[in-house]
Amino acid sequence: VSASSTSSSKTGSRAKLNIYCKIDRKCARWLVIAVGLVRAYIARGSYHGLYYSIEKPLKFFQTGALLEILHCAVGIVPSSVVLTGFQVMSRVFLTWAVTHSVREVQSEDSVLLFVTAWTVTEIIRYSFYTFSLLNHLPFLIKWARYTFFFVLYPMGVTGELLTIYASLPFIQKTGLYSVTLPNKYNFSFDYYTFLILVMLSYIPIFPQLYFHMIRQRKKVLGHIEDYSKVE
Amino acid sequence: MDALALEATGGKKAANGAAAAAPVPAPVPVKRKPAKKAKKAVVFFEVEILDAKTKDKLCFLDKVEPNATIGEIKSMFHKSHPQWYPARQSIRLDPKGKSLKDEDVLQHLPVGTTATLYFRDLGAQISWVTVFLTEYTGPLVIYLMFYFRVPFIYAPKYDFTTSKHWVVHLACMCLSFHYVKRLLETLFVHRFSHGTMPLRNIFKNCTYYWGFAAWMAYYINHPLYTPPVYGEQQIRMALILFLFCQIGNFSIHIALRNLRPPGSKTRKIPYPTKNPFTWVFLLVSCPNYTYELGSWLGFTLMTQCLPVAFFTLVGFIQMTVWAKGKHRSYLKEFRDYPPLRSPILPFIL
Repeated sequence: VSASSTSSSKTGSRAKLNIYCKIDRKCARWLVIAVGLVRAYIARGSYHGLYYSIEKPLKFFQTGALLEILHCAVGIVPSSVVLTGFQVMSRVFLTWAVTHSVREVQSEDSVLLFVTAWTVTEIIRYSFYTFSLLNHLPFLIKWARYTFFFVLYPMGVTGELLTIYASLPFIQKTGLYSVTLPNKYNFSFDYYTFLILVMLSYIPIFPQLYFHMIRQRKKVLGHIEDYSKVE
Repeated sequence: MDALALEATGGKKAANGAAAAAPVPAPVPVKRKPAKKAKKAVVFFEVEILDAKTKDKLCFLDKVEPNATIGEIKSMFHKSHPQWYPARQSIRLDPKGKSLKDEDVLQHLPVGTTATLYFRDLGAQISWVTVFLTEYTGPLVIYLMFYFRVPFIYAPKYDFTTSKHWVVHLACMCLSFHYVKRLLETLFVHRFSHGTMPLRNIFKNCTYYWGFAAWMAYYINHPLYTPPVYGEQQIRMALILFLFCQIGNFSIHIALRNLRPPGSKTRKIPYPTKNPFTWVFLLVSCPNYTYELGSWLGFTLMTQCLPVAFFTLVGFIQMTVWAKGKHRSYLKEFRDYPPLRSPILPFIL
């Protein structure tokens, strides 16, 4: 699609350039996290406590991903607002409301599990968006995006669920983020029960997202297989 | 019937009639007095109904009267496909176009004598009245269960006890009054444009109303409930606001009802009436929502309960969406719509 001389497509391509730069930077940042992880692992000789080496960038980038929902809503990035919004929200929730808030879980292996899954997924995804915007998408990236999720999704979900589960005893003990009666606003909130409900919500939601990706895969990669059959 | 043949027979009759009445010099009107019953030329339409998505031929109706309405066509279609009762049929001229109304007459549509109509299944339908009655009865029953502290809600030692705060009793009366009013309005006041809505709406709506009712009722009737900070003063102001807005809301419903004769679906611009509560029509398109917001603000203030505030907020957002839609359709339909009016809040929203 070449840029025509109409003003609307000019603003369209300007916005696209803007987004391209942002996505390119995001890709680079996730690479930073990945590199940080690898270096820290080599330095320490074990993967315990790797969370601390990437804590700040992780928080910053995951929160910055909130912008992404806006990009989807405006239509510049070809993803559904609801699904992207959901994913970003759940990641921000896990980063801040669970991992950051409960110090004791930060040394858990499960944290590393989901951080790794997120990192790999995001590097592939942002490369995909970048190249798509440049209209020069290498098949490898497209294939990776729609294939790696088979392993990365369950890996990430497992890491997330284990982390939440690990945080439960500490939250019950300290009453973190919980409000009890009586109080003048006549309101109560039990974070412990809330987290259990969040964990249960994975049961209906995760299969939907997973099968959505499988369906997308068939659509995107499906006709590539047809081509090879024709030849 | 052949138009030419009709002319021929009519001509003969006219000639006979004229000869017999020759001495009478009365001006003969163009209308022929037929000796035998001659039918006016009726061009019947043929209607074929295709599926809007698959374009399959679903039904072919011949000998359809030109003045048949879409509603009548829907009944005919229902006969050949009994699983699609008229309420769940969407008939349109274009597969992606808007639905035609039941009152639309076939010959006034931009179709030839063989009309092609497209059908879309709206899914199982349920009547508005049923939905309203169900979604409003739930909160009434649920709230009372919490008010009377039915077992398994609070600790067993509180079962069937009553609150020691009089505001809790007042709140129960207000809320019960509110939902009883809504039920009675559904039965006797409202005149609905649409008969039905999709069946899945009843689950969505009931979850919303019943869920929030339970959440609010739990805290207001809780043994550890804390009465409003400013005590009697706050409760009194809140009650006045609540009652004022309840009367206001009812007045608007009556005014809207009177705009529309029974059984009709006409739409007219609402105007202020003699009732002062309707004077807000000068500034607002949907004052029933304005008053509803006021009622719930009153209830929030009366109970000083955060879940009630959330319910008020969510309701306000939804009503604003509805009010804006209604305001827009008023503006589209009526050229002379009063420009001073806002959808829901005077001058603001």
